[in-house]
Amino acid sequence: MILKGKVWKFGNNIDTDAIIPARYLNTSDPKELAKHIMEDADKDFPSKVRAGDLIVAEANFGCGSSREHAPIAIKAAGIQAVVAKSFARIFYRNAFNIGLPIFESEEASGRIKEGDEIEVDADGGVIKNITKGEKYTAKPIPPFMQELISAGGLIEWTKRRIKAS
Amino acid sequence: MTITEKILAAHAGRDKVSAGELINAKVDLILANDITAPISITEFKKTGAKEVFDKDRVALIPDHFAPQKDIKAAEQCKMLKDFSREHNLGLYFEVGRMGVEHALLPEQGLVVPGDLVIGADSHTCTYGALGAFSTGVGSTDVASAMATGECWFKVPESMKFIYYGKLNRWVSGKDLILHTIGDIGVDGALYRAMEFEGETISSLKMSGRLTMCNMAIEAGGKNGIIVPDKITEDYVKGRAKRGYKFYASDKDAAYVEIKEYDCSKILPTVSCPHLPSNTKPAADLSSVSIDQVVVGSCTNGRIEDLREAAEIIKGKKVSPNTRMIVIPATQQIFLQAVKEGLAEIFVNADAVFSTPTCGPCLGGHMGILAKGERAIATTNRNFVGRMGHPESEVYLSNPAVAAASAILGRIGTPEEVI
Repeated sequence: MILKGKVWKFGNNIDTDAIIPARYLNTSDPKELAKHIMEDADKDFPSKVRAGDLIVAEANFGCGSSREHAPIAIKAAGIQAVVAKSFARIFYRNAFNIGLPIFESEEASGRIKEGDEIEVDADGGVIKNITKGEKYTAKPIPPFMQELISAGGLIEWTKRRIKAS
Repeated sequence: MTITEKILAAHAGRDKVSAGELINAKVDLILANDITAPISITEFKKTGAKEVFDKDRVALIPDHFAPQKDIKAAEQCKMLKDFSREHNLGLYFEVGRMGVEHALLPEQGLVVPGDLVIGADSHTCTYGALGAFSTGVGSTDVASAMATGECWFKVPESMKFIYYGKLNRWVSGKDLILHTIGDIGVDGALYRAMEFEGETISSLKMSGRLTMCNMAIEAGGKNGIIVPDKITEDYVKGRAKRGYKFYASDKDAAYVEIKEYDCSKILPTVSCPHLPSNTKPAADLSSVSIDQVVVGSCTNGRIEDLREAAEIIKGKKVSPNTRMIVIPATQQIFLQAVKEGLAEIFVNADAVFSTPTCGPCLGGHMGILAKGERAIATTNRNFVGRMGHPESEVYLSNPAVAAASAILGRIGTPEEVI
């Protein structure tokens, strides 16, 4: 799977309150959540972002609360993938569980700038920066997480387990 | 093995596990709240499971936007109630019985030492104070575990934190954990277990231990944990609704890093906007004016916290420029505070005394900040917009510093008002 698009760049420690503020969590409707995506990090973001764009951030992306609404909102806003230097633990789990592609790469996080056009090869973990003509490598995805991805997320994986038992 | 590894191994049916391994383990208790459970319920239905794995091990607690703050919040809370009835869940807590989840479950003896607990709430790490492995996960993890009674885990590396020396007056578990986060940063323990020990921890009350483990997530930790001892035994005795087991770390257990803190050097500590790691001594912040004070939450809403705040504010008044909101974390704490005269002390000081709720901690209700307003709170996060307007500010502190700041109308120390 090739994920190609324009980059929005964010810094360190982007917390889940910044991704989707708690004041909007009286619903879990993905479309409603997407209307407020990244609002407290950049209030104009919901109107600027386009389906097919990608987010590149620095360290500890998704820290703070366990709200799955954060990766759900990112996905519902049409963002294809998130690349960061590192991810907070619960966000990392949630992204794989719900099928939001995420990639860890210190080099990509450092080199890619806002507005760059990039192309992520989700299977090979290679991130191409078309604007700069550079190539970066993402950390390999652990085999179990790959199993989750190929099952189509944790619920599909669980469904298969229940059927098999 | 460390205590964390031992609990994980026992629940995975293994003799041994090591850091970095991915395991599937049985869970003793699963919890979710009115924000996270609706997604869990929807996803659970998709798994094809007809029933939850054990109707007495799934706790659904409407606490974040409850008592129901608006129609949408009420609809979410109703999903918990409907699902609990449909599946005859034994651990559904209606308003009037509920409390802030991480205060309620230990208080009621529903989490016990040696447990493996997951919750769709990041502060699930609180129960490590009892010598349990507990960690926050997402709603979909909870959905899958509700169906199977199991969850996948990466065995975390452990970091040891040793605290020694006598605590200064007005320094509590909150100051120790804020100081620690200030030292290592908000991702200083990313993916790791944070094991707290040392002579200061050995004499720290359970309330302070719960506060410390509660904020492990604020350093990126997977869990906070304290090896159980006499204080743990005294706390769980008479409460525990299930059998429990004390685990301890082996002498040759592996730690990826060891940190030591001389507690006699730790002063009442405040986290400044907009990260919990942005810490300073409270005494250095006396020029910071305060519009709102919140005492409560899963971090510091226990009876000991309310007593500490009441001791400071007794016979005094909240500054005319400031509002103070006191939120006992559970019904039992509420009642105890009334019986001990704490509610009267707060009301006489011109503070409000609320029914249990997470409320303002996450900017839900019961004390939201306007643009430009500033709060000091005994809660756990001070991210941008956490308690209201994106241009408001939150400072984090212990209950004594919060109460002193309420009197002064600015950040201050207990010594200034006593």
